[in-house]
Amino acid sequence: MTLAFTLLGALIFLFIIVPLIKVVAGSNPAILLSTFLDPEVKDAIWLSLYTALIATIIGFFLGVPLAYLLARTEFPGKKLVEGLIDVPIVVPHTAAGIALLFIFGRQFFMGKVLNFAGIQVLDSTAGIVIAMLFVSIPFLIDSAKEGFKKVDVRLEKVARTLGASPWQAFFKISLPLAWRSIMAGNVMMWARGISEFGAVIILAYHPMIAPTLILERFETYGLSYSQPVAAILIIICLTIFIIFRTLVHRSSKT
Amino acid sequence: MIEVKSLCVDLGDFQLRDIDLSVKPEEYFILLGPTGAGKTVLLESIAGLYPIRSGEIWLRGKEVAALQPEKRNIGIVYQDHALFPHLSVASNITFGLKLRGHSSSETGEMLDWIAGLLGIEHLLNRKPGTLSGGEQQKVALARAMCVKPDLLLLDEPLSALDPETREQVQKELRSLHDRLRITTIHVTHDFEEAIALGDHIAVISDGGIKQVGTPEQIFRQPNSEFVAHFTIARNIFAGEVVDRGNGDSIFRTENTELVVSTGLRGKWHASIRPEDIFISPDPLFSSARNSFCGTITSISDRGSTLYLTVTLPPDFVCLVTRRSFEEMGLSEGLKVYITFKASAVHIF
Repeated sequence: MTLAFTLLGALIFLFIIVPLIKVVAGSNPAILLSTFLDPEVKDAIWLSLYTALIATIIGFFLGVPLAYLLARTEFPGKKLVEGLIDVPIVVPHTAAGIALLFIFGRQFFMGKVLNFAGIQVLDSTAGIVIAMLFVSIPFLIDSAKEGFKKVDVRLEKVARTLGASPWQAFFKISLPLAWRSIMAGNVMMWARGISEFGAVIILAYHPMIAPTLILERFETYGLSYSQPVAAILIIICLTIFIIFRTLVHRSSKT
Repeated sequence: MIEVKSLCVDLGDFQLRDIDLSVKPEEYFILLGPTGAGKTVLLESIAGLYPIRSGEIWLRGKEVAALQPEKRNIGIVYQDHALFPHLSVASNITFGLKLRGHSSSETGEMLDWIAGLLGIEHLLNRKPGTLSGGEQQKVALARAMCVKPDLLLLDEPLSALDPETREQVQKELRSLHDRLRITTIHVTHDFEEAIALGDHIAVISDGGIKQVGTPEQIFRQPNSEFVAHFTIARNIFAGEVVDRGNGDSIFRTENTELVVSTGLRGKWHASIRPEDIFISPDPLFSSARNSFCGTITSISDRGSTLYLTVTLPPDFVCLVTRRSFEEMGLSEGLKVYITFKASAVHIF
């Protein structure tokens, strides 16, 4: 049985890893470098990184309190709320983009409010951030919720008897102890944000994030022109992902 | 003075009803009850960590039922110790002091004092995860005690420890209490622990207080099935362990001296299982160190076995099989000898 499972496991592992290696290794280094120095490519990658980061930061401040409530309290309809939070993961992301358009489009309420505040959503970085936030927030909320659940509620209780207010118990006990899970959720959310495409192009085809640029080059110039951009994005994502995972892992050990 | 009046608490599938407790200042008070009797919830209710349905909680002349836990000055030590795993032992202990805004020099002094008292100075830089159960217990006690609580709540503090550590921590709890005189409510399901430590004991089962009294009152006149279950199977005496000079330890109770085998000295309790006592019509010559003459004052027939009460005084309950009972021709009013080994006497 072990042999059969190993073979099946190896098959799916190769299926994941071979295309990634091939697109990276198959690139001519000289072309890779010149692509990297192409201002359009640089701008797109940079835009992807920092819009995903902004989405993650917003997600942190709005998602962690909800995660704590879901981990600590019981209320009617809690299961429904938990289910709905995961909906962005399962709907087609172009459909999610259309749905967002119905809230943030120029003729709709939130769109008007933001427009009045001087923030343009369509075809802007704000639109990119909103799309990324929508599709990636479930990863943070779920991870943070699991993290808080693992913190024994008695630790908070003891802290209270020692003189801590509910806020102090949260910031001195629960938050530090769930920190690793929260950071793991942040990394997942950020990585998911960078890889988002479907919802983003509905709200903001321009300015172009890296996945949009890859599609544009593929459609306009073909495979050989889109490959170096894809390779660079994969390398950058992998590098940052590994660094963050290592940091999170290390901080949990100390 | 701690007073709980008509406290009612909902616990999902059952409830605590009309709990009345009165604990004197500096007293070591035991709440004795079977697992699942709601003892921990009662402690948490007193500390303000569990919502109550109705009732009053008086602490030092103030009604505190509406106060947040951080305003009550009640310390708690949980069975699993609940140390903060991300903080060092020192930071665990000083957690409450820092929140109360003590200066760092004051905090340091308090830390040194409590660590010295509990003998945990060498652990201060360690993380809780690296400590043994007994060490964690001491850290949890130090953390709760160093803020000088008006009331200390101990939730099954000995249950998570192995038997040897247990006996040691039990002694330590008693000596700590003798020194610091912090009013304490200690919850346990262990009958001997209750008898050994309590100034007063309240028996709780089926959601209510069944009996309150001194240890002697509880084991002499148990009025709950839970306590009777322990006392029926045991002879329990209050007394004092002393040296006789020839190396023997003597347990002295009601004009009777039992030879015992223990390292303990001072006021303790002794228990002897009824099945460990031999009954004979004539003196028995054996290696057993304890032999007394008494009168059978009552016989309780249990079918294949019988419980006999032999009065010296005090009363000893002895177990005999029906066959020996009939062979020896025992009956009420008969003079008999009872014999048991020093090692059959458990001191606690």
